[in-house]
Amino acid sequence: MEKRPFEGVNVLDLTWAGAGPFTTNFLGYYGATIIRVESASRPDPVRGGAGIYSKENDHRLERSPTFAHTHPVKKLDIGLNLKHPKAIDIFKRLVAWADVIVENWTTGAIERMGLDYNELKKIKPSIILHRTNGYGHTGPMASQPGMGQTITAITGLHGIAGWPDRHSVPLFHSYTDTVSPLLGGLVLIAAIDYQRRTGKGQCIDFSQVEAGINYMSPVILDYTVNKRELALTGNKCAYAAPHGAYRCKGNDRWVAIGVFTDEEWNAFCKVIENPAWTKDARFSTLSNRVENSDELDRLVEGWTINFTAEQVMAMMQAAGVSAGVVANAQDAELDPQLKYYDFFHELDHPYLGKLNFYHPPGFKLSGATAEVARHPFLGEHNEYICTQILGMPDEEFVQLTQEGVLE
Amino acid sequence: MLSCYRVLDLTDEKGFLCGRALGDLGADVIKIEKPGGDPSRSRGPFYHDIPDPEKSLYWFAFNANKRGITLDIETADGREIFKKLVKTADVVVESFAPGYMDKLGLGYPVLNEINPRIITTSISGFGQEGPYRDYNDRDIAVWALSGFMYLMGEPDRPPLAPSYPHAHLIGAMYGAVGTMVALCHCQVTGCGQQVDASSHRGLVFTTSTETHTPWALTRTFPTRRGRNRWPVATKDGMVYLPSLWECKDGGVVFTMRLGFGSAESNTALVEGMKKDGIDPGVLGRWDWKTMDWSNYSAEDAKEVAEAFKKFFLKHTKAELLKLALEKEIQLTPLLLPKDQLKFPQLVERDFWIEVMHPELGTNITYPGGFAKFTEAECGIRFRAPLIGEHNDEVYKKELGLSTEELVALKQRRVI
Repeated sequence: MEKRPFEGVNVLDLTWAGAGPFTTNFLGYYGATIIRVESASRPDPVRGGAGIYSKENDHRLERSPTFAHTHPVKKLDIGLNLKHPKAIDIFKRLVAWADVIVENWTTGAIERMGLDYNELKKIKPSIILHRTNGYGHTGPMASQPGMGQTITAITGLHGIAGWPDRHSVPLFHSYTDTVSPLLGGLVLIAAIDYQRRTGKGQCIDFSQVEAGINYMSPVILDYTVNKRELALTGNKCAYAAPHGAYRCKGNDRWVAIGVFTDEEWNAFCKVIENPAWTKDARFSTLSNRVENSDELDRLVEGWTINFTAEQVMAMMQAAGVSAGVVANAQDAELDPQLKYYDFFHELDHPYLGKLNFYHPPGFKLSGATAEVARHPFLGEHNEYICTQILGMPDEEFVQLTQEGVLE
Repeated sequence: MLSCYRVLDLTDEKGFLCGRALGDLGADVIKIEKPGGDPSRSRGPFYHDIPDPEKSLYWFAFNANKRGITLDIETADGREIFKKLVKTADVVVESFAPGYMDKLGLGYPVLNEINPRIITTSISGFGQEGPYRDYNDRDIAVWALSGFMYLMGEPDRPPLAPSYPHAHLIGAMYGAVGTMVALCHCQVTGCGQQVDASSHRGLVFTTSTETHTPWALTRTFPTRRGRNRWPVATKDGMVYLPSLWECKDGGVVFTMRLGFGSAESNTALVEGMKKDGIDPGVLGRWDWKTMDWSNYSAEDAKEVAEAFKKFFLKHTKAELLKLALEKEIQLTPLLLPKDQLKFPQLVERDFWIEVMHPELGTNITYPGGFAKFTEAECGIRFRAPLIGEHNDEVYKKELGLSTEELVALKQRRVI
């Protein structure tokens, strides 16, 4: 069998909610063995998201489609009651097994367990401890709990879309939960690579705010150098016109078009069959088109409204003009490009049934397949982890279960 | 941490961030530009608004930590030089139209023959394969197809794309993560491989919980609701509360948490309302320990939203943040760069860094590294390269070309 990128890498996954799991998932797609430590008394809050879609009460913690989305990879799951004195011993045995620990609790939580990085190093000298949270693990807000919504506000990413005469709107309410783990995953994998080469572990202090702000670098530099704040421009672009979303045939159907160069403009005019207005002096150069873009937008929409969004996209793209259907969830499901990459991978789930939203990552490797899987149930692998991985005698496992150490 | 790796970076603005992120972790990244400079240097904003290829702040932002050489790989000589560089490289990153490198005779099979450990990372809007492979992937088209635009904006206006276009930063970061997985894989197999990263797929993943999850389950999808993006399940069905609220001097994010540990923080807000003379309505009678949204009606949810709206409008961002920190309320101000530069948490962690630009005779303040390590530094070591700044260093010292050869290559516009 081909060797997987993270074959032999043992990961103790203490993460919950969004940003943490999205970080460890990269390891899960490519062959790491991941043990997720959970507690029934304080389960992952995303497991509680079932209520939005389902009134069923049995197996309630296993019915959250959002949890299925945050964990589309194979993970083993141990339900460990960390309040029980015996649990710490099992936890330490898991640390000894692990090469990597990833946690996204608030700062101070692992310290209170008496297991800071120095203590963990005593158990496993080469351990990598990756700590991700909202604000980082030092500073006055180190222990303030952070959520995707609130973190995104601090990064300014909640303030970059909107009309000039209205307030900004969110891109996605928890945007940093999905974009900060790209930097978080990168540093985690780099640390694993370094560990393989040198045998050395390390502690990583990762702040989702700091990661998020890195995406904003040009906006920040415009302020630090020119003292200019980003202006909300609706769909206008200083380098392109037409540039926007245009109404098409049907109910709430739109196509996005962006015409930047003269070459693209000429191709665009050809697609719409060169109506007289395209020769108008107001649209003769890019700067004229940008200046008169309100009028231009109106004229463009007068043409797009006669076609479906799919037709406009196909005609424009065939001529080399950038255009895309303003896709809703149904469009995305039918999208031939996403189908080509099997991006809506279908899996069966005992409680949710067949669902087609188990995603691989946004890249494809020629030498390794990304494996997707349904999320683990809470405590699903208690016996396997205790007896097979930790080598515990069966009697000890039974006793720990009876004593409520395992959940 | 990655100083043992060399990355040849052929990207345009679609892929800059990939090499930048690897460079932040110590990789030796060589940015290869066309003679005369990369066309992306004409992208603003500019230093003091002077449009000059050596003054693009966009270029500065995402090409720091890279050395820079010029090379025209469309010429035969240029290709031979590029192949020599591939021998000692670990990664080639590119963001040309899919198939361009193959057409030049520099596709993966050719590079793999020169260096079997080479990883080629391709960053594009839609991917190297499939029916959209040749699509023109301008930022706005990628946002549209990814599902974001349909959700973003106001109910009475067209769908919206960000005023700061950055779809390709997401593709570039998926490219960086894919590259790192491939480097790890190479340690196990000794072989390189191809990484095919796309902004489209990356962004579909990003918006998935908001769009594709409800669609997969209930065949419904949300549409544009302005700032009302936070779904709560009342006994009458789903109601959308604001994710962003107006306050006295800007915006705040607030989401009302329910369940363990949140009773105290929510009670503090209700107390604040009462102090301001605002009727908390249904919130005043809320049993935080046992009740959740399913105990309340859609009308109740609106009443709750109205009470918060009134309360936030009476206070500034700073006042609300102070209250949030004291009571662990999930509330934060929407910060602009001017606020961020003074934000105590970022200042105290020495996040902002001064980078020297000797040609401009000044330092510029940049966002700092995205992680802190016990074993390594992360962040900007040196500013983005000038056009051809490291030609001598790379061509003479490393490839052993003579001054005469360099002059000849310059005359033929290879470098």
